[in-house]
This record gives sequence, C-alpha cells and structure tokens, in this order.
Amino acid sequence: MQEIPLTQILFVSTALFFIGMYGLFTRRNLITMLMSIELMLNSVNINFVAFNKYLFPNNLDGLFFTLFIITIAAAEAAVAIAIIINLYRSHNSIDVDDATEMKY
Amino acid sequence: MMSNYFYILWIPLLPLISFVILGLFGRKYLSGISGLIGTASLLTSTLLSFVAAKQYFFVDGKVNGVFQKIVAFKFTWLEFSPGLSIDLGMIIDPISVMMLVVVTAVSLMVHVFSLGYMKGEERYATYYAFLSLFTFSMLGLILSSNIFQVYMFWELVGASSFLLISYYFNKPAAVAASKKAFIVTRFADLGFLIGILILGYYGGTLDIGLLIERFTSASSTQFISITNASFLGASMLTWGLTLLFMGGAGKSAMFPLHVWLPDAMEGPTPVSALIHAATMVVAGVYLVARMFPVFSMDETALNIVTYVGAASALFAAVIACTQTDIKRVLAYSTMSQIGYMMFALGISKNGGEAGLGYMASMFHLFTHAFFKSLLFLGAGSVIHMVHSNEMKDMGGLRKLMPVTHIAFLIACLAIAGIPPFAGFFSKEEILTAAFHENKIIYGIALFTAALTSFYMFRLYFNIFWSKEATTANHAHNAHGHDNHDAHDHHGEGPWVMKLPLIILAACAIGVGFIPFSNLVTSDGKALETHIDIAFSIAPVALSVLAILLAASFYKNQNEKSDKIASAFGGFYTAAHKKFYVDEVYIFMTKKIIFPFIGQPIAWADRNIVDGFMLLLAKITLKISEQIKGLQSGKVQNYAMYFFGGIVALSILFIYIWK
Repeated sequence: MQEIPLTQILFVSTALFFIGMYGLFTRRNLITMLMSIELMLNSVNINFVAFNKYLFPNNLDGLFFTLFIITIAAAEAAVAIAIIINLYRSHNSIDVDDATEMKY
Repeated sequence: MMSNYFYILWIPLLPLISFVILGLFGRKYLSGISGLIGTASLLTSTLLSFVAAKQYFFVDGKVNGVFQKIVAFKFTWLEFSPGLSIDLGMIIDPISVMMLVVVTAVSLMVHVFSLGYMKGEERYATYYAFLSLFTFSMLGLILSSNIFQVYMFWELVGASSFLLISYYFNKPAAVAASKKAFIVTRFADLGFLIGILILGYYGGTLDIGLLIERFTSASSTQFISITNASFLGASMLTWGLTLLFMGGAGKSAMFPLHVWLPDAMEGPTPVSALIHAATMVVAGVYLVARMFPVFSMDETALNIVTYVGAASALFAAVIACTQTDIKRVLAYSTMSQIGYMMFALGISKNGGEAGLGYMASMFHLFTHAFFKSLLFLGAGSVIHMVHSNEMKDMGGLRKLMPVTHIAFLIACLAIAGIPPFAGFFSKEEILTAAFHENKIIYGIALFTAALTSFYMFRLYFNIFWSKEATTANHAHNAHGHDNHDAHDHHGEGPWVMKLPLIILAACAIGVGFIPFSNLVTSDGKALETHIDIAFSIAPVALSVLAILLAASFYKNQNEKSDKIASAFGGFYTAAHKKFYVDEVYIFMTKKIIFPFIGQPIAWADRNIVDGFMLLLAKITLKISEQIKGLQSGKVQNYAMYFFGGIVALSILFIYIWK
C-alpha cells in the first residue's frame, strides 16, 4: 500500500483550519462559533500528529501535545459554554450582534 | 579643638524639634502648654549659646591673641563638581557667636512676653510653632558655613516672617502686608542668588571660608579672573558683591527696598520685636559682615553699601518724625539704625585699627537688638492696654503703666545715644569711624542721630505724657489691634509681660559696657578703643537738644508741633506720605510693568503657549473621531483585525524582511 504523502494531510488540516475560520467570522450564533474554534484546534492536532509521524517517527512529543490540546479544549469548551449561558441570562440571546455594548 | 563645639548643633535643633512637635500636635493636644514647650526649648538653646559664647570668647577661641574661625561640623550635601558643593556646616567665629547670643536671648524674651500677650488666641500653638520655626531658621542662617546654605536659611527666614506677618489672616491689611513683604524680599533675593552664582562660578566653591581665602589674595587665579571679567563697565566682583548686597538690602529694608517693613507691622507686636527689629532685618548686615573680607577688596561695592546705608538712615529718620502709628515709627527707626550699621560697614577697612567701622557696626547690631526689641515689647504692652496703634489714642499712660514707662524711657535714652546707656557706646564708635573715613557720612550720621532722639522722644512723650489719661483712652475704636477684645483688662498685663521688659531694660543699660572691641573685630585681633570724651560732646549735646525740643513740643498738648509742621509745608506732607515711595512702586508696577511687560507676556502665554497645546489636543481629537469606529464592540470584527494583522506580519517576515 502506497503511503499517503505529508502534503495531502497538511492540505486537509489547512482546509479544516480555514473552514473553521470562515465559520468563526460568518456565524452569529455563539455555539456555532465555538464549534468553529474546535475545528481550528483539531486542524492543529492533525498537523502535530502528521509532523510527528513523518519527521520524527521515533519520538512521541507531537502526540503528547495533541493529547494536551484535547484536554485543554474540553476545559475551554466548559468555560465558553458557561460564558454563553451567562450571556443568555443577561441578553436573552446568544447572538454576538446583540452583545456590542463594549464600544466607543 | 574642632569637636568640642559640636553641642552648638543643638542650639538650632531644639527650636526645630519644638516646631515639629507644636506644628503637628500643638493645636489638638497641647494647646494649653504649647507656649511653655516653645519657651522651654528656647531657654535651653539660650543657655547653650551663653555657654558657647563663654567658651569661645574666654576659654579657647583665641590663639595667640587672634580669634579663630572654627568649622564645628560639616558634611557635603550636594556636590555639583569637585570643589563646588553645597555643604551643611557650622561656622564658629566672633560674629556668629555674638549673633547666637542676640538671637536666642531676644527670641527668649519674645517667647516669654508672648505667653501673656498672645494668651487666649485661638491659634496660640500655631503662633509658637511659627516662632520656633523662625528661631531655627535664623540660627541656621547665622551658623551657615556655605553661602548656599545661607541662602536656604535666608528663604526659610523669609517664609516664617511671611507666616507670622499674616498671623491674623482674616485681616486684609495683614494679608496684603505679608504678600508685600514676601514679594519685595523675594525680588531682592533674586539678586542675592545671581550674586551667589557669580561668586561661585569664579571662585569655584560655595564655601564661605574658601571664597574669602581665594578672593582676598590679589594673586590668586580666581581673584584675577573675576576682576578681569567685566560686564557693563564694572568687574564681575563688583557685580557679584552688589547683587549679594541687594539681597541683604531687601532683607534689611534698605532704601529703596524698604517698603515692606512698615507694613510688616501688621503682625503681632512680639513678632515685630523679634523679626522686624532685632534679628531678621539685621540678616543683611550680617551677610555683608560675613563676606566683609571680600567686600573690602572692592571699593565700588563698599561705596554702594555706604551710600545706600547712609541714605536709608537719613530717609527713614525723616519719615519717622511724621508718622502717627507707634509701630510704624519704630519700624522706620529700625530702618534708620540698620542704615547706620550698613554705612559703618561700608566705611570700614578689613583688619587693623581702620577696621573700627566693622566692629562698630557689629556692636551697634548687638546693642540695637536689645533696646529695639525692648521698644517694641513696650509698644506691645501699650497696645495691649489701649487697643490701638495710634498716638492720638494714647497719652498720660505713665501712671497706669509704671514698669513699661521706665523700660520705654530707658530704651529711648539708649537709642538716642545718651551715656551711659548701650546705644551711646555703639553709636560713638560708628561716629568715630565715620569721622575718620568720610566727613559727608559723618555729617549725615550726626544729623540722623539728632533726628533719632527727636522722634523717639516725640513717641515717648506722646504715649506717656501729653494729655492726662482718661477712660476714653480705653474705648474700643476702629483701629482696635490684635483682636484683644476678648480680655479687656486694664493695667500692664501679667508678670510674664513685665519680666522681659525689665530684663531687656537691664540689657539696654548694661550691654554697652561689654568690651566689644576686644571680642568682635574684622581680623580677630583686639582693637584699642578710643572713645574720646571731647569727641562725644557734639553728638550727645545734639541729642539732648533734640530731646528738649521734643519735650517742648509734646510733653503737654500744645500747638507748637502743628505750627512747625505747617512751616515745613510740602516737605512735611511728603515725609508724612513716606516720600511717595509706595506710590512710585505702584506707578512702576501698574503703569509700566503690567501694561508693557506683564500683559504682552500674558498674551503670549494665553495665545502662543496655550494655543500650541490646544492645537495638539484638537488634532488628537479629530483623528480619534475618525478612527473610533474601529472599536465597534463586535467580537468578530476584532477577530478579523487580529487575523489581518497576522497575515500582514506573515507576509512581512516571509516575503519582504527575509
């Protein structure tokens, strides 16, 4: 079986990253935005794993980093959702365009 | 020999401690005993300074018959360049030890007197705090070994004088007087500062001892450079010394910078006795005496000192004859006597028998401090009873106030130069010196001496004789002074007010017999005094004549004085109006300085300086109004900027800045 070249994996992760970014910039719903951020994080995870396998197959550093990022992402999701709930309680909405008081 | 004068440090330190304690806690916790605290600390200082004087003059000050200049303590505080530094030090020499005695003794008398005089005042503790501050600054000024240190204490003295003049700060006249005193002396101090800088620049040091050493040897490089540099036709030495003298003239109320002194009488009377008669106003004389060896190298500067002093002496004596406010008479008399001290310095030479003027000036400073503070305290006692400063509200008080009467009479005789009172000896020395050096000055001095006797006895007779005492004298009137309405007692006041009068009267009789010419001279060597009986006849006879004249005018109410006044006509009016010096100042400031200098500068400040700043502010405002939309409050916008920034930086670092 022919091995998948690194460039293709990087292509997937880049695509994933920009999809996430597109979602972050265009969606107004905070939950969706949070999901977009998770996509971007996962694209980074793919990069870590891919580079680890192709460049330093004898080390495990990249995998460890990935595990850490997954853990942190879980915690971060909990905090983000708590913020969103609080926003909903005060603004009765989770639309970012409704929370623009902090301006000039 | 250096270290055994270290205790002198306590003399100025004790009043400072008492100032801090009274200033911080006085009004709240110590209001009743603050006077006692101030007086006790000063009593200790006084005793210490007597000990110091005894040790210096009679035990170890003399080496081979010459009094030494001892630096008791010194530490470098600010060093600008090697050699040019501001030190804090204490210099012990005949004049500083003499001044220590004068200042602490007079200050102590004033502290004691104030225990009675200021009793019941609301800001009693504050008053004593200020008195302590003043005493500390004055003692510091005396002991300074560095000319910049002199300057610092000089300003402190001015500030405490300001505080004490405006002690009754709800009286507009007192506030105006304090501002006037401060501004006039500050103006003079500008000259002082420039003078210090000139001397420091050419001398390469600010240390008084070194300055004197360098500027008195005609071959030193510093002396050659300062005499060769010239500005507007006069050498820099002349300029430096004249500007130094300007500072002294401002503090010592010499013509034409005297205008603040008569107004300063708005302060409480004991303050006038301490600051504006005995101690602070002689600081100018002290400064010239301190720098005298340098002054003696420059004829022009000495001549300026002489003629300014003589002119002030005569000018003030003439005005004093026409004033009706008793404290103002005394103020002008102070100015006149300081004029005496100044010209006595001016005609003196450094060292030897020709240094008689220097010694006479210091002697007069010493005796004057006692009898003038006695006169002021006596006047304070009178004002305390009559509640007025005006002569017309007084008269016939000799029976009501016997102690004050006798003390005042002694002081008048002393200032008039009648033997054997103190003023006689010092004035004789001055007249002798003037006679040997400069006949014009001698003439002025003699005439002034006669005028002095006249106006002092005019004052004396008006207060204690003239009409008979009536109860009407005690009526409160519009001039009611010093807010003493609260305790309207009659009689002379408590013993704390009489005791200083008695002590000072004893001094006014006794201090003339101190063999001053053995102790305080320009070069530290003893002089042979030559009081010539024949020489003294003329001045004493003139004084007696003037006293008799005053007696015939004022002992009983009569028309003679009015007739004479109208005979002098315009001259009398001019003198009564103080020769319009104040008016000239007002004209100069309001009609010339304000419209031609002040207003253009104010315009430039408002329009150019402020305008530039406003322009900057306006530009900032305009720009920020344009770009404030960036802060939209939308999270996604910020994320966009962030992303845009990263892309821009990536492009920059990857493709452009390789």
